[in-house]
Amino acid sequence: MLGLTIKQVSLALREGRISATELCRRCLNRIKKTQHLNAYITVTEELALKQAQEAETRLLQGAPKGPLDGIPFAVKDNFCTENIRTTCASRMLRDYSPPYNATVVQKLIDQGAVLVGKTNLDEFAMGSGSTDGAWGPVRNPWSYAAPYREQTGASPDSDWVITGGSSGGSAAAVASLSSYLALGSDTGGSTRNPGALCGLVALKPTYGLLSRHGLIPLVNSMDAPGILTRSVSDAAVVLGILQGLDIRDSTTIPPPSSLAELPEDFDVKNICVGIPKEYHAPGLSEETLAQWSRVADMFERAGAKVEQVSLPHTQYSIVCYHVLCHAEVASNMARFDGLEYGHRSEVNSSTEAMYASTRHEGFNDVVRGQDSFWELLPASTELPALLSQGPETRYSDFMQEDNRTRSTQEDVFTQPANMAGLPAVSLPTALSRRGLPIGLQLIGPAVQDMKLLSVAQWIEQRVGFPSISDHGDSRKSSIDTRSCPPYHPHSIPSTCPALSRACHLIPKDVL
Amino acid sequence: MAASYVAAGELLLSVNKRTSILYPKTSCLIRGINTTSFRRHSESQPRAKSDPQLLVGVVGLEIHAQISSNTKLFSGSQVRFSAPPNSLVSFFDGSLPGTLPVLNRRCVEAAVMTGLALNCTINRKSLFDRKHYFYADLPAGYQITQQRRPIAVDGILTYSLHGGRKRSQVIRKTATIKQIQLEQDSGKSLHDDVHGQTLIDLNRAGVGLMELVMEPEMSCGEEAAAAVRELQLILQALGTCQGNMSEGQMRVDANVSVHEPGEPLGVRTEVKNINSIRFLAKAIDFEIRRQIDVLQRGGRVQNETRAYDSKSGETIPMRDKEGLQDYRFMPEPNLPPLMVYEDNASLPSGIDASQMVVVQKIREGLPELPSVKRDRLVQTYGILPEHSFTLVNEDGLVEYFEAVLKATKKEPRKVIGWVTNELLGHLKQRDMSVSQSPVSAPALAELLELQETGHISSSVAKRVLQEMWRSPGTTALQIIQEQELGLVSDAPQLHSICQEVVDSHPEEVQAIRNGNKKVLNKLMGLVQRETKGRADPVLVRAILQEKTS
Repeated sequence: MLGLTIKQVSLALREGRISATELCRRCLNRIKKTQHLNAYITVTEELALKQAQEAETRLLQGAPKGPLDGIPFAVKDNFCTENIRTTCASRMLRDYSPPYNATVVQKLIDQGAVLVGKTNLDEFAMGSGSTDGAWGPVRNPWSYAAPYREQTGASPDSDWVITGGSSGGSAAAVASLSSYLALGSDTGGSTRNPGALCGLVALKPTYGLLSRHGLIPLVNSMDAPGILTRSVSDAAVVLGILQGLDIRDSTTIPPPSSLAELPEDFDVKNICVGIPKEYHAPGLSEETLAQWSRVADMFERAGAKVEQVSLPHTQYSIVCYHVLCHAEVASNMARFDGLEYGHRSEVNSSTEAMYASTRHEGFNDVVRGQDSFWELLPASTELPALLSQGPETRYSDFMQEDNRTRSTQEDVFTQPANMAGLPAVSLPTALSRRGLPIGLQLIGPAVQDMKLLSVAQWIEQRVGFPSISDHGDSRKSSIDTRSCPPYHPHSIPSTCPALSRACHLIPKDVL
Repeated sequence: MAASYVAAGELLLSVNKRTSILYPKTSCLIRGINTTSFRRHSESQPRAKSDPQLLVGVVGLEIHAQISSNTKLFSGSQVRFSAPPNSLVSFFDGSLPGTLPVLNRRCVEAAVMTGLALNCTINRKSLFDRKHYFYADLPAGYQITQQRRPIAVDGILTYSLHGGRKRSQVIRKTATIKQIQLEQDSGKSLHDDVHGQTLIDLNRAGVGLMELVMEPEMSCGEEAAAAVRELQLILQALGTCQGNMSEGQMRVDANVSVHEPGEPLGVRTEVKNINSIRFLAKAIDFEIRRQIDVLQRGGRVQNETRAYDSKSGETIPMRDKEGLQDYRFMPEPNLPPLMVYEDNASLPSGIDASQMVVVQKIREGLPELPSVKRDRLVQTYGILPEHSFTLVNEDGLVEYFEAVLKATKKEPRKVIGWVTNELLGHLKQRDMSVSQSPVSAPALAELLELQETGHISSSVAKRVLQEMWRSPGTTALQIIQEQELGLVSDAPQLHSICQEVVDSHPEEVQAIRNGNKKVLNKLMGLVQRETKGRADPVLVRAILQEKTS
């Protein structure tokens, strides 16, 4: 039951094959059983059971609120949840309970979905491994699945692989079957990256399609709430519910009036698939390239137009991305001074001393480092090398590099979609020789998120990626190996209409 | 003159009398050092360089005007003065993580309206920026403002100075408005020295401000004060700002420097903490004198922020925040460009016009501005320009004046003195506003009508007005009857009083008979004394003339 997709389990709930409370209980048990993954910072057991009970009543009356009624979900711990601790995996917000729900969280709750917990991340979503949070690193569920264990004989206590990040907790939650969907956030790849490493469908929607209200910001101009599910159609269902204008977020755009559901048999004959040559970087493994070619061939055979294209600004994109990141992050972190909320240092000799001490105690090195941005700026204009080698995903290897280097390596292929505001989806295509998922990224034209998902589903239907539930999971010992790079981007270039961003003026001065 | 001085007090607020003399050409003289605007000076004869006598003041203003709106610039919290601390703070105002700014249309419309009234160019597209600094009453660690592209630019404020021996000459001046930008107000810090703690009130945090930046074109405190007073009147007429300086609804910082005309501007200081127009003029004039003194003694003016101390009348250096601050300006990523549209036709299709700011609509709704109102008063009623200033300067006084005119046949030129001298004098004495006046416009009209029709003399009318002040609600007629103040025009009675006066003053009578007609006035005064000023003067004169001929 836990391995089903949202569509399947929703049907089971309606048909009474399982009750919402029973489903909720199973997920909560699953969370307990998979505690070693460190996927959750807070488990909201009591609230979940209450919400499940309410959903059950509605389902029994034959009046569910929608396709998500009674479906357990998890939320990255940088989305505000009313009266539920929201930490950003930082000591700064260790005990912070927001007084309101993020818009996307509220929309899920309004649909009857059941919140089971808040998931782990890199502190303030600043990272690409889910290794740099105050609650410790997140472990990839595939570390304990049979393929990896058997292929490598890895020892689960030392050779587990990372989830990627920063939404690693959300990815681990969905991949380990303790929730059916999870919200992540994606500033430069933070949803797609762990989605790929954990064998999930991970969507970063068009900028502005989903409200950022209540998402504790990293880089406002690039942050997007992300959707993690185990199937493309699930992602489409969630997207349909979450998208839309929000008067609380002036950067949201009206959703396109498009298909509510993905077509079962999408015809790829009319699409053009571009393969950017700049993304063919040294360091890509053979296996990865093989998957890339495999899917490209599939498109070609099905009659799609497949072309090599050039995205010549790719190498500059990461530089611009870093400049914007540092500036906005430094700005966004200025509010954490210990006065209104969050950690406050005991030091109170002067207001300035309290600020300094609060921030020193509350932030990790990565976050604090953003403050020195202005001195770093000249140095950062040097181009970082494009992926010189495949990033290590074994935790012990991954931690050899500092956060910024790691993020640069991981973000190279994902951040262009954030810079351009375009929708991008990562989906798994196969397991590597080492038994770990390989993902593929598709980038689409702005506001064509549903079409992008249609193409993704077309691939999903043909690649036959195995479910983790097909493999027993175990924590028995095994040996290590290097794993493959997370995913490889494809893109569907087309004329990309500039994001129509008008300022929303709200007539709220009328009392 | 007394009353018009009171009224002029706020507008002209008289630079320190001991040290300044007002000349018809409106240059301010301070300790004999001319501080006229350098433009005129550059036309005057060249004088020896480095002559400190040549140094003139240059003043530019930065004015923060709190926008009159029900809610804050980017949140739904109410805007109210003197509410309990931290009772008007939304999640956004408290900078709770994840909250986002949502622009209040009313504030945009207020800024556009103010821009139009000040002849500004309204930018069709303006942008918001973050200005960073750490301060306890700035919860987010940055202020959202408009640094790169403000909503309005290049405006002109026309204001008037009063010159001449009787200050009856009106000289028009202009100040260039460089820009008007929308920005957030900060909260307030209250320092409790006894317990060594700082208390923060965020009620004001996030209230919409218009920052008006004026070019350094003024030359003295009086000009600055007159400009600010005119601006205050304009904002109040528009309803975009209540303009009360003591409540902080309007805060004026003055950038002051001195130089020799024609030379580049000198090093400037910024004078803050000025909470009335009167103090503004004093602070600026003090600062100009101070800078000249520094230079005369061979010193250098420091670029610093100074606070005005209204008790000592001096400016004193503020503890400066490490000199030049790097505000790390950056675009506000949560607010797309602010678009305003010229008219309905220029609106993009598919957009709800009622949600948009349309300049044309605002322009059509502009109320009568103070300068237009003054011209109209002068032309319609034939009153003097300085009277029109007095009327417009006092909130509600024009309406009062016009209401009086409606209810009396008395000529406007005869009514104006009653309103600007008598009524305003009474009000000022008791520090009251026109709306608080115990004597309503119809009541005053009734009194004036009684005088006009000869029921009472003008001196009695003044006494009756006094009585009306003392016992609000009683009419002039009641007072006149109760106190028997009506004009005595009973001929036999007056005849006998006049006879007594004539009989008891034979010398005066003799003098009149000898041709000294002026002595008749003395006898008339004596008769008025007897009748407590109620005798009909025309009748009395006739009787006395008859009896002394």
